[in-house]
Amino acid sequence: MDQFILQILNGLDKGSAYALIALGLTLIFGTLGVVNFAHGALFMLGAFVAVTLSKILTLSHKVVDETRTDFLGNPLQVDVPYVYDFFGEGVGDLLIDWSVPLSILAAIPIMIAIGFIMERGLIKHFYKRPHADQILVTFGLAIVIQEIVKYFYGANPIPTPAPEAFVGSFDFGVLLGFDPNAIIYPYWRLVYFFFSMIIIAGVFAFLQFTTFGMVVRAGMADRETVGILGIDIDKRFTMMFGIAAAVAGLAGVMYAPINSPNYHMGMDFLVLSFVVVVVGGMGSLPGAVAAGFLLGILESFASMSAVIDLLPGINQIIIYLVAIIILLTRPRGLMGRKGVMEE
Amino acid sequence: MSNSNFSRRGVLKTGMVASAGLALPTYLRADAHSGFTNAPGDSEVILGFNVPQTGPYADEGADELRAYELAVEHLNGGGDGGMLSTFSSKALDGTGILGREVKYVTGDTQTKSDAARASARSMIEKDGAIMITGGSSSGVAVAVQALCQEAGIIFMAGLTHSNDTTGKDKRANGFRHFFNSYMSGAALAPVLAANYGTDRKAYHLTADYNWGYTTEEAVRSSTEALGWETVNAVKTPLTQTDFSSYIAPVLNSGADVLVLNHYGGNMVNSLTNAVQFGLREAQANGKNFEIVVPLYSRLMARGAGESVAGIFGSTNWHWSLQDAGSQAFTRSFGTKYGFPPSQAAHTCYVQTLLYADAVTRAGSFNPCAVVEALEDFEFDGLGNGPTLYRGADHQCFKDVLVVRGKENPENEFDLLEIVEVTPVEQVTYDPDHPQFQGGALGTCNPGA
Repeated sequence: MDQFILQILNGLDKGSAYALIALGLTLIFGTLGVVNFAHGALFMLGAFVAVTLSKILTLSHKVVDETRTDFLGNPLQVDVPYVYDFFGEGVGDLLIDWSVPLSILAAIPIMIAIGFIMERGLIKHFYKRPHADQILVTFGLAIVIQEIVKYFYGANPIPTPAPEAFVGSFDFGVLLGFDPNAIIYPYWRLVYFFFSMIIIAGVFAFLQFTTFGMVVRAGMADRETVGILGIDIDKRFTMMFGIAAAVAGLAGVMYAPINSPNYHMGMDFLVLSFVVVVVGGMGSLPGAVAAGFLLGILESFASMSAVIDLLPGINQIIIYLVAIIILLTRPRGLMGRKGVMEE
Repeated sequence: MSNSNFSRRGVLKTGMVASAGLALPTYLRADAHSGFTNAPGDSEVILGFNVPQTGPYADEGADELRAYELAVEHLNGGGDGGMLSTFSSKALDGTGILGREVKYVTGDTQTKSDAARASARSMIEKDGAIMITGGSSSGVAVAVQALCQEAGIIFMAGLTHSNDTTGKDKRANGFRHFFNSYMSGAALAPVLAANYGTDRKAYHLTADYNWGYTTEEAVRSSTEALGWETVNAVKTPLTQTDFSSYIAPVLNSGADVLVLNHYGGNMVNSLTNAVQFGLREAQANGKNFEIVVPLYSRLMARGAGESVAGIFGSTNWHWSLQDAGSQAFTRSFGTKYGFPPSQAAHTCYVQTLLYADAVTRAGSFNPCAVVEALEDFEFDGLGNGPTLYRGADHQCFKDVLVVRGKENPENEFDLLEIVEVTPVEQVTYDPDHPQFQGGALGTCNPGA
C-alpha cells in the first residue's frame, strides 16, 4: 500500500510537468491550429530564465586573497557577488537563495515576449500550410533554440537549487501511519505540484470567467462566426500563444531545481507531451491535464522493480502502450471532440 | 561544326572509371608502396581527433580537444613542453614525430556510434589521418576501434570505462589508457568497506547499456566479496531524466547503500534526485544511508552541484595530484586555458604522447611497429605513477584514484578530494578474467 501511495505521489509531479506542457500545446493547437514542436524548447527556455537570473545574481568581481593559492599556485582570486556590494551579504544571500522563485517574475514577461516574437515572426506564415510543414518548421526552430542555448550555456546540466527552506523531504509515511521512510517526498516536488495546480486553475479560470477567455473559447469553437461579429480573433489568438509560452516557461522555471537544466530538456518532454495531448484528445484542455497526470502516474508505477521483474522493459513503453489502448478504444482520446483534426 | 571522336558511351565509360578511382578510399590508393595505410610524407603527419563536439558530452569533448591541441603544440616544440619533460621515455624531443610536423584534423562523434564511425572514416579516407583518438563513450570507442582495425589505423581510445573495450571487444590496433569498470570496483570496494563496514545491503540503479552492465557487475562482485549483499539491481533507461520513481522505493527496500551506475546526465539527475529524496540524511538498518557513484567526472560533478558532497567514487586522474607529471600538465593546461584539465583531457593528452613516443621508438609509422612498441611498454611521469601497457589486452595498468565529493569546495573546479591512491597491484587482473572473456585481440592490421 505504501508503495502504491509513493508511486502516485511520484507520478503527480511528473504528471504536473506533462500537464502544463500539454496544456500549452493544446491552447496553441486549439486556437491557432498549429502543431507546435517548439513547445518543449519554451519549457527549456523557462528553466534557463531561472539559470540566467541565478547567474546574474551571482555575477562577481574578484578579490585577491593573499592567504590562499589557486591551482597554479598564484594568490587565490575569490569571487564576491555584486549583490553583496549593493545589498549587503545577508540580503544578497537571500536573493541568491530564492533566485528560482524570483525567476517567475522575470519569466512571465520574457516568455510572453518570446511567444509573441515566435508567432508573429515565423509561425503565422504557416497557418495555411499543411500540418507537416508546421511540424517541420517548429521542430527546426526547436533545434535552433537548443543550439543557441548550448552555445551560451554549454552542454552540461547546470545545478539550480531550490531555496534552502525547501531542501529535504517530507515523511508522508509517518503522517499516514506507515513506518518512517516508507513514503518520503521532496518538499520542492510538492511545491511544484501545487504550483502546477494553481497555473492550471488560473488558465481555466481565465478562459472561463473573463470576456477575453469567452471570446477565445468562442473562436476555438467557430472562428469564422466570431470574425463576422467584428472581433479581431487573430490578435487574441496571438496573445494566447504568448500565454501558452508563459505556461510552458513557468513549468520550466519551477522544474529547474528538480533536474539540473540542460539544453536538451525540452526535447525529453516534448514527445511524451504530444502523446499526452493525443491521449487527452486533440484540442481538449481538460483532456490534456487529465492525460498528463494519468500517464505520469502510470509511468511511475511501471518503474517499480516488482513491475519490471514481471514485465521487463515495461517502464520504457508503458506510455505508448496505454496510448495505443486508449486510441483503439476511444479514437478521439479521453475527451476529444468530433471534428478536431478530422477534416 | 566541331569534329570530336568522343562518343556518349565513351564519355560515360571514362567518367565511371575516373569516378571509381576517385571514390576509392585514400588508404587503398595512396602510399600502397609503404605497406601501411596513410603513410605520411616527409614534412608532416596528420592525427585524427574524434571527440564529441555536439550532443550531451560536448563539454567533455571540448576539453579533450583542448588537451589534443596542447599535445600537438608540445610535440612540435611549442609551449612549455608539458609532460615531455617528466615522461620517463626520452624519445620525444619537440621536433614533431620522426621529424614530421604534427598536424591534426577533428571529427564529431556526437556520442553516437554511427556518427563516430563516419567521422573517423572521413578523417582516414579523406584527410589521411595516421591515427585516430578520442571519444567519451564506450559504445563509440568499441565502434571506432573496430573500424580502425579494419582500416589498418591505430586507435588510441579516449574516455571509455566499459570492461568490453579491452575485454570482449578488444582489437590489436586499439589501446586504452583510461581505467575500466573492474578497476573501479576493485579500488572502491575496500574503501567502502573501511568507511561503511562490511555488513551493508546495496541497491543498484544501472544505466541500461553496455557500460552500466559491466560497472554493476564489477562493483557487485567486488563489494560482495567483502561481505556486502545486493538486495536489488534495477535497470534504468538511458533516456531517463527524472529518476524519482526509481529512487523513491530504495529507502523502503531494506538497502542501506545506493550505487548509481550512471554517467553523464544520468548521473547528475539520479544523484540530484537521490539527495532530494533525503537519502543522504536517512537511516536504514540502524546505519547512515550512503550513496556511491562508481565513476566520477569532475565536469559532470559540476552539474550535480552540492549533491556530490561526501559521496565516494573513482576517477582516472585528478588535477590536484602532486606528482611532477600531473603538475606539469596542469600548469601547461591551466596557463593556456585558465582552468584545470579534466580526467578526459588528461587521458587524451597522454594517449597522444604515448603514440608519438611509440612511433619514435619504433622508428616507423607502420601500425604493426607501433603496436609492438606499445605492447608491454612500461613508463612513468605521465600522472598515474609507473604504468604498464599490457600486451595481452592493450589495457594500461596503473594506480586508481578513489575520490569523494568535497563538503566545502572553494571553487567550481575544487569538487573532488582524493581519498586513496589504490596501488596498481590491487586493480590488476588476468587477461582471461571472467569479466573480460569472449573476445580475441587478433593480429595487428597495417592496412593498405
